[in-house]
Amino acid sequence: MSEVRVLVGTRKGAFILTSDGKREHWDVSGPHFAGWEIYHLKGSPVDPNRLYASQSSGWFGQIIQRSSDGGKTWETPGGEALPTPGAPPTGQSNKFVYDTSDATGKPLTTHQWYDGTQHPWEFKRVWHLEPSLTDPDEVYAGVEDAALFRTKDGAHTWQEVAGLRGHGTGPLWQPGAGGLCLHTIILDAKNPKRMFIAISSAGAFRTDDGGTTWRPINRGLHSPYIPDPNAEIGHCVHHIAMHPARPGVLFMQKHWDVMRSDNAGDSWQEVSGNLPSDFGFAIDVHAHEPETIYVVPIKSDGEHFVPEGKLRVYRSRNGGNEWEALTKGLPQANCYVNVLRDAMAVDSLDKCGVYFGTSGGQVYASADAGDTWSPIVRDLPTVLSVEVQTLP
Amino acid sequence: MIRVVLPPHLRGLARISGEVELDLQAPVTQRSVVDALESRYPVLSGTIRDHVTQARRPFLRFFACGEDLSHELPDAPLPDAVASGAEPLLIVGAIAGG
Repeated sequence: MSEVRVLVGTRKGAFILTSDGKREHWDVSGPHFAGWEIYHLKGSPVDPNRLYASQSSGWFGQIIQRSSDGGKTWETPGGEALPTPGAPPTGQSNKFVYDTSDATGKPLTTHQWYDGTQHPWEFKRVWHLEPSLTDPDEVYAGVEDAALFRTKDGAHTWQEVAGLRGHGTGPLWQPGAGGLCLHTIILDAKNPKRMFIAISSAGAFRTDDGGTTWRPINRGLHSPYIPDPNAEIGHCVHHIAMHPARPGVLFMQKHWDVMRSDNAGDSWQEVSGNLPSDFGFAIDVHAHEPETIYVVPIKSDGEHFVPEGKLRVYRSRNGGNEWEALTKGLPQANCYVNVLRDAMAVDSLDKCGVYFGTSGGQVYASADAGDTWSPIVRDLPTVLSVEVQTLP
Repeated sequence: MIRVVLPPHLRGLARISGEVELDLQAPVTQRSVVDALESRYPVLSGTIRDHVTQARRPFLRFFACGEDLSHELPDAPLPDAVASGAEPLLIVGAIAGG
C-alpha cells in the first residue's frame, strides 16, 4: 500500500508526518533541528529517501541538512567528518557566496532598497530547495537576497546560477515585506532546459537554456501600488504552481490577484473571479486534474489572516474565475491564521490529497481533493512550509 | 588547553555536550580559537563568523573573565586565564526580544 510523507518546516524545527494511503492515522516525528527556523524541506523525486532541509537562524546563519533515510537521520554534507591533511576545505555546505566574477556573474553589487536607494546584496537564508527531477545530488536553492544557487554534489558545495542576477534588471529588484527572497523554483519535466522562478518583489523569470540566460515574464501583471503598475519588474509575486503534465500553464498568487498563463508566462490573465479576497500566498494544482486549483484567500496585505474569521480553501475546477469555498472540517468562526506561500502541497494518490499548514501551527489534510478536511496536528510552531511525498 | 563554551544551538548542531577543549599554540586569539573550532567541527563554519569576510556574526558575542571581548581585534591575545584554561571563552548568542 502507498504511504504518504508530509514534510513540515516551522519557525522552531521540522516535523515529518507519515500515514498509509488511507490518510486517516498519522505518525508525527520531530521536532528535528529544534529551535531553528526550517524554511523548507523537500525530497528528491528520483530518490524519495534523499531529503534536503534549509535550517537557519538570525544568530547563526544558514545550515543545509541532508537525509538519506527519509528523515530518520540527518547530516550536514561535508560537516560531519574531520578534515584530512591536504583535503579540500570542509564545512562548505552552508556557504552561499554570490558570484561576482566577470566571466559568469558580472560584478553586480546592488539592488534597490526599501527607500529607493541602491543596497549591496547580502545573503541571509535559503527560502526554497528544489531537488532535480533526474539527479538526487543536484538541487537548486532560492535564497534571500534573491539569487539562485545550485549544488551538483549533494549539497557539499553551492554555486550561484549567476545569469539570473546578471541579466540586467537586478538593480530594480526591491525587497517585499518578507525580504528580497527567491521563493519559487519550478522545473519543467518535459524541457530540462526550462525553469521558472519568482522573487518578492521583482516578479517571475524564465530560462530556456538551463539557467544561462533569463528574462522577466510579468506581462499582464498589474500592481497599482508600484510607480508603474504595468512595469516589467517590481511585482510582488507570492507563489506560482504548475501541473507537471502541462508545463506551459502556470497559476500565480500575486500580492493581490490570482493569475494564470497559458504560454509559459509570456502573458498573464487575472482569474480571481468570485474569491472573497484575491490577496494570499499559497496556490497549488490538483495532482490529476490540471484545471483544478486551490488557494487560501487572506484578508489583505495589512491583515494577514483569513477573511471573516473563517478558514476556507477555495477550489476552482475550471482553471480560475469560478471558485467554491471548501469549509467542511475547517474552523468557521474566530479563526485568524495565515497560510504562507510554501505551506500547501498535494499528494498523487487517487483521490488527490491536499495539505496546508497555518501560522497557528495546524497542518490540515484532505484525502478527497478538498471536500473534507481534518487536522493532522494542531499545535506546532508557525508553519513555514509543507511538502508531500507519495511513496510506493 | 583552551576551554570554549558554545551556545546551545551550536552545541546541538555540532553534537557537542559540555565544553569544548582545544589545544592551541600561543598566542591564543579569537581567530585562532574559531579556526580550531571550525577545523574540528566543520559544520560550525559560517555560524560564528562570516565565510568570506571572517567578521563575527552580528548577534554573537565573546565573553571571558567577566569581560565583553566582542569588539577586541580578532588577533588580539585573549586573557591569560583563557589561554591557561583557568577560565572558558564564552561564545554567546545575544539576547533579543522578551
